[in-house]
Amino acid sequence: MAISGVLRPGFLQVRVLDMPAAIEHYTKRIGLHQVTEGPDGRVYLKSADEFDHHSIVLRRADQAGIDLMAFKCLEDADLDRFEKRITDYGIAVDHVKAGEQPGVGRRIGFTIPTGHRIELFAHSEMSDPKPRIHNPDVWEVPPHGMRARRFDHALLYGPDVEGNLDFFQKCLDFRCAERVDMPDGLLAIWLTCGMKAHDIAFVKYPEKDKLHHIAFDLENWNDVGNAADILTRYDISVDIGPTRHGITRGQTIYFFDPSGNRNEVFAGGYTYYPDLPTRTWDETQVGKGIFYYERKMNDAFLSVVT
Amino acid sequence: MTVATRFIITLEGHGEASGYPHERVLVALERAQGFGKLRNMPRKLPVGCRRGGCGICRVRVTGGQYRSDVMSRAHISVEDEAQGVVLACCIYPLSDLSLRLETPAPVKARGEAALQSA
Repeated sequence: MAISGVLRPGFLQVRVLDMPAAIEHYTKRIGLHQVTEGPDGRVYLKSADEFDHHSIVLRRADQAGIDLMAFKCLEDADLDRFEKRITDYGIAVDHVKAGEQPGVGRRIGFTIPTGHRIELFAHSEMSDPKPRIHNPDVWEVPPHGMRARRFDHALLYGPDVEGNLDFFQKCLDFRCAERVDMPDGLLAIWLTCGMKAHDIAFVKYPEKDKLHHIAFDLENWNDVGNAADILTRYDISVDIGPTRHGITRGQTIYFFDPSGNRNEVFAGGYTYYPDLPTRTWDETQVGKGIFYYERKMNDAFLSVVT
Repeated sequence: MTVATRFIITLEGHGEASGYPHERVLVALERAQGFGKLRNMPRKLPVGCRRGGCGICRVRVTGGQYRSDVMSRAHISVEDEAQGVVLACCIYPLSDLSLRLETPAPVKARGEAALQSA
């Protein structure tokens, strides 16, 4: 097994201002399924193409944004190994008991230099709907809405992006697939723990612990077009797209959930291998890197976050 | 088919927009900007998430009645709301309205600072 340790994004807990509106958006429009609602009111969602118990957690709050993003590790012992490495690095680690979220085993949690809470876990029960394991069809229940196949990645904003780069490389074995360097320093990084062009990304921003977007994987460019039709039909607020990113090459739309948290639907993106060089962008071409067809950033890219 | 009630939304010093009871005021202002009806703006109309989360479109309502959706408390406090400081994306007119842009919107300023300090 070539991929070990941190495997991939597992789940993300997002704060929403209006729970019924959020459930409708993420299930009927994005195309997820509701797995369950916890006793504290948190609602657990997944794509029918994901095996694990859930990948998105909705929590009612009076401010938008995210509480945490959790990555799945291959085996339980990884959690102890990473705890030691993170503690030795000088960052405090805390423990979340199995069952704090339904179906999820014990987690370790810590705060990274940009102020975001990241967690690691190794065990999740499966939940329905999920792909059939023996003689599987291409889907078990018909895809609906935007036909999201998985929670794919997140882009987060905060001040110490250099600190995050060092931490994720040294403590969690992530690699930097792409980066943007401005004349006065590092602006943004795209990090991967597997073979996707990114599993998490960071852009420099003066305030800690901010969300830029939560991304869902779509099968292809046709599904991005279908998502665009849904956005207009249901009057969902669009930021930009359909377009493409030069960075990662993903085909994309940015839009907003009913609480103002930015979502992305994302198709494509290249395959990353650990021996590949870090692709670099400078000030002259950064617009093309962010939005390949527009060749410039829009007003909202660096300033609209939750 | 009945034509929806139309209200006049005045952005103080910059012009007027047509507003409708079931349309977000920010969307009415975006349309007016598209038709060239907002003039001498200090900056482009600040448009972000249009759903009450990002806080960029803060305005002060100086006259008229409106109803509002829930807005992020990170950007609009209880005191703000009581004084008519709201997010333009989360209010709907119930009468003609007068608004003043709350500039510099703190979030926008932070975004620009990010660009400069990047």
